[in-house]
Amino acid sequence: MNAAQTVTYISVCRLDDIDPETGVAALVRGEAVAVFRTVDDRVFALSNYDPFGHASVLARGIVGTRGEVPFVASPLLKQPFALETGICLDDPSISVATYDVDVVDGEVRIGARRPH
Amino acid sequence: MSPHLRKKVVVVGHGMVGHRFVTAAIERGLTETHDIVVLGEEPRPAYDRVALTSFFEVGAEALSFLPSGAYEDPRVTLRTSTSVIEIDPAAQTVMLADGEEMAYDELVLATGAAPFVPPVPGAELGNVFVYRTIEDLEAIRQAARTAKAGAVIGGGLLGLEAANALHQLGVETHVVEMNPRLMSVQIDEAGGRMLGRHIADLGLTVHTSVVTESISPDAGVSTGSTTVGALKFRDVDEPLAVDMVVFSAGIRPRDALARAAGLDLAERGGVLVDEQCRSSDPHVWAVGECAAPAGRMYGLVAPGYDMAEVVADALLGGQGTFTGADMSTKLKLLGVDVASFGDAHGTTDECLELTYSDAVAGVYKKLVISEDGTRLLGGVLVGDASAYGLLRPMVASGMMLPENPEELILPQSTGGGGGIQLPPEAQVCSCNDVTRGDIEAAVDDGCQSAAEVTKATKAGSTCGSCKVQVKTIVEDYFTAQGKTVDTSLCEHFSMTRAELFDVVLIHGYKTFDQIIEAHGTGRGCDLCKPAVASILASQLNGHVLAKENRKLQDTNDAYLANLQKNGSYSVVPRIPGGEITPEGLIVIGEVAKDFGLYTKITGGQRIDMFGARMEDLPAIWKRLVDAGFESGHAYGKSLRTVKSCVGSTWCRYGVQDSVGLAIMLETRYRGLRSPHKLKGGVSGCARECAEARGKDFGVIATEKGWNLYVGGNGGAIPAHAQLLAGDLSTEELVRYLDRFLMYYVRTADRLQRTATWIDSLDGGLDRVREVVIDDVLGLGTELEAAMARHTETYFDEWKATIEDPEKLRRFVSFVNAPEVPDPNISFGSTRGQIVPEVGAEPVSLGASIPVGLPDLVEPTLEESR
Ligand code: SRM
Ligand SMILES: Cc1cc2nc3c(=O)[nH]c(=O)nc-3n(C[C@H](O)[C@H](O)[C@H](O)COP(=O)(O)OP(=O)(O)OC[C@H]3O[C@@H](n4cnc5c(N)ncnc54)[C@H](O)[C@@H]3O)c2cc1C
Ligand code: SF4
Ligand code: FES
Repeated sequence: MNAAQTVTYISVCRLDDIDPETGVAALVRGEAVAVFRTVDDRVFALSNYDPFGHASVLARGIVGTRGEVPFVASPLLKQPFALETGICLDDPSISVATYDVDVVDGEVRIGARRPH
Repeated sequence: MSPHLRKKVVVVGHGMVGHRFVTAAIERGLTETHDIVVLGEEPRPAYDRVALTSFFEVGAEALSFLPSGAYEDPRVTLRTSTSVIEIDPAAQTVMLADGEEMAYDELVLATGAAPFVPPVPGAELGNVFVYRTIEDLEAIRQAARTAKAGAVIGGGLLGLEAANALHQLGVETHVVEMNPRLMSVQIDEAGGRMLGRHIADLGLTVHTSVVTESISPDAGVSTGSTTVGALKFRDVDEPLAVDMVVFSAGIRPRDALARAAGLDLAERGGVLVDEQCRSSDPHVWAVGECAAPAGRMYGLVAPGYDMAEVVADALLGGQGTFTGADMSTKLKLLGVDVASFGDAHGTTDECLELTYSDAVAGVYKKLVISEDGTRLLGGVLVGDASAYGLLRPMVASGMMLPENPEELILPQSTGGGGGIQLPPEAQVCSCNDVTRGDIEAAVDDGCQSAAEVTKATKAGSTCGSCKVQVKTIVEDYFTAQGKTVDTSLCEHFSMTRAELFDVVLIHGYKTFDQIIEAHGTGRGCDLCKPAVASILASQLNGHVLAKENRKLQDTNDAYLANLQKNGSYSVVPRIPGGEITPEGLIVIGEVAKDFGLYTKITGGQRIDMFGARMEDLPAIWKRLVDAGFESGHAYGKSLRTVKSCVGSTWCRYGVQDSVGLAIMLETRYRGLRSPHKLKGGVSGCARECAEARGKDFGVIATEKGWNLYVGGNGGAIPAHAQLLAGDLSTEELVRYLDRFLMYYVRTADRLQRTATWIDSLDGGLDRVREVVIDDVLGLGTELEAAMARHTETYFDEWKATIEDPEKLRRFVSFVNAPEVPDPNISFGSTRGQIVPEVGAEPVSLGASIPVGLPDLVEPTLEESR
């Protein structure tokens, strides 16, 4: 990992602050980001904004799997979004933004919003 | 056809069959050419006489076939309280009781039958009744209020039904039967004995082989009393003291009008008609119980319906005929299943009988089989009639018996008849003449469930005895088409919620991870996780936000509040029974004011405060808890409210303290996690101001105690709660409710309210009664103990949350900026209070806040912490 990349990442919390299979909301460059941790300690970052319900709530949804795909169900009307891609599994034409994310020394860090 | 050429059909009698004739005539288009005038003697339009006994529970309105009092087709006129006293076939006129004369082109007699009252001295006394009309039942109910003991004379099908009613009305009941056994017409001797034992077990006294000689008045003639006091039996010295008597000694066709007009009658009574139901006069027809096609009268509704269809068809020039009917019956008497079908008495030459009897379980089954062992001719079932739905059509269709016919009646037989396929033309519903083929065609036409098939074909909508069979056929057909009726919870668990409940209970699991590793696949989803959370909560009553399980909680449970459309929450403190002090009201008012919340009185008799930010919930609840409030569980699939009316404390009609009971019940069941939410209601009298019968459990006060109703529902598919048990003491009420609720918690599907759960049980409400009241599964004490565990371990979730920093950790807007309110939540104002504003785009705080900076500026790790 080179130095230039490191600085664009913002540390938001420790991995231990996120219970496995849940999410937290973080404020990253003014935007609400939902950060999820799966049971195998992978982390994913999506926009917290539910495009169906028009509210910033995705971090509060239930995390699970569909087949092999980890997803979060919106707490509002239960639309499922894939954690890796942000794509809605019931309606692939809708998706939410995803962010680069990593864990360094137990710190969860959010990087740039990925283009989509 | 021009109006003056329209013909006129006069129908005498607006009972079940008269009504069916009219609807058939309208449907088939007879009213295009004919006006129909229906003259009915009863004060109300036709009603469901078959379900007459349920009048006590549901009232007259619910039984009515025509609640509006008029047919939609304007060419049909209905006149109630109108008796025909004479018919004149030569002049083609009828004479009404008030002297009016009415001409007809065609006359349809649908006058039904009248109960037969044998000429016993004393039959004219007060408190002697028959069992045929709503007015009869009203009078019986009135008398039962003061009567201690009553006798039903006649132990046939109707007599037992009347006895059942008397028993339910709290009268000590005797059944008096001349024959050596009950229901001698339908069932054989062994079956009759088994039935007699069942009925005696329920506390009724059965007297067989006794003939009633006379009825004597109360306390002897000296008092001048004109009501019943005792029955005197032939060859029995001791009279039987009773305060009321119901005669149910058979029925006689009401054929007096036809007799006086000189029409041909059958030897044993009834208007003699041909295969088209035409009498000896070409313009007079007879249908239903007053008619005797080929000399035989039918005391059941299905043959009457067939006759009505035949006459409507004949008047349109059709050739339909009535050539006899299936006299099979299945009924539930005092909780005992009894069925007889086909040649129940084995009168066919050389037939064979196959019987199964279990005196301990009270089950008796007999099959009558053709000499060569290939066809089923008839049978009798007592105690367990689950196989009826399959066996009756097997008789009617004459299909080949399977190799081991005894399997049809052995106890492990499911009643679905696993594997046995009826031929497509086999009539499954005899009330409405629906075949297996019709049912499958309805599925092809798009019906998705047995309930939809019933709607489309009427199969199962009349006496209901074919319901199980209809369901089996629909499900088998689905399976045959590869459309499995999948009962798995979701892709992660291939079991139902009830199965999962048992698995968790048996293994004593405490966490989701244990359960999914042992019995599931993947990592779960928004369907199975909340279901498991609910099961664990029902069994262990731990805190829903305990670390190991909080990831399972659904939207609202996850934050112990109801999520609103803009991401804010609502707060609902419990107000048991809707009773609240002025101080309590002031606290709620102040909290709402201080936190800027919108307030509304809910439909559940409490106060909801809306618009709370998640991070404010703990502070709001601290204030409420300090003032003595606790969680109202408005967010949980758990007990919500027990609605009350003001009751006997204030109301001049109230007979019991409904508020007190509602508070007690709400406090007892608060926090109970269940498959779906649970609501209760308690009304202080039958005026029902608490709408208790719209609730999952409803209690209505009576003079003697409480009536308990279950399975009510508002919501999308409203249902009235049905009477489970009447006149209970508070202790009995609580015992039955404990059992009922725990039985529901254990066996219902996820998100299945009590109403649909009861419908889904094989046997419906009767099954609930068997389990909860009769305790046939022997689960009573276990269910009560489970509820006792729940009430003993109850604690207030919110109090426990505000005292635990580990749980409070999650109540923050942003994990890295807990002090920044989420800018996506904003409010406008309407009528002086806040309302949510929902934007179409996420709101960005941009550079205006200290945490995180726009992309171009590259923060160091240090800065961002
Ligand atoms: C607040 C309230 C409406 C009001 O302003 O009066 C309300 C509000 C909601 N109801 Fe209700 N219901 C409210 C009384 C009722 C009633 C009336 C009653 O209880 O007497 C009914 C019909 C009675 C019944 O349940 O049989 C009712 C039938 C429903 C249903 C349909 C249930 C069904 O069986 O079909 C839902 C949907 C569900 O639960 O799946 C529902 C769901 C909801 C939810 C929870 C929807 C949601 O998931 O966000 C609403 C949020 C409540 C909140 O944010 O606090 N609400 N809801 C009432 C709260 C009562 C209370 O004090 O707890
Ligand atoms: C308690 C009970 C339970 C029953 N259970 C079953 C069951 O489980 N299954 C089953 O198949 N059947 C059952 N029956 C029988 C069923 O109700 C009858 O077969 C059915 O009602 C017959 O219909 P109907 O129209 O011929 O007669 P009814 O329904 O009796 O209608 C005849 C109508 O004609 C009116 N009327 C008579 N004379 C005149 C007149 N001169 N002028 C004007 N109006 C007149 C009468 O007042 C009455 O309203 C039960 C009956 C009772 C009482
Ligand atoms: S249900 Fe009866 S007791 Fe209760 S308020 Fe209404 S009238 Fe009064
Ligand atoms: S047999 Fe009576 S409803 Fe089907």
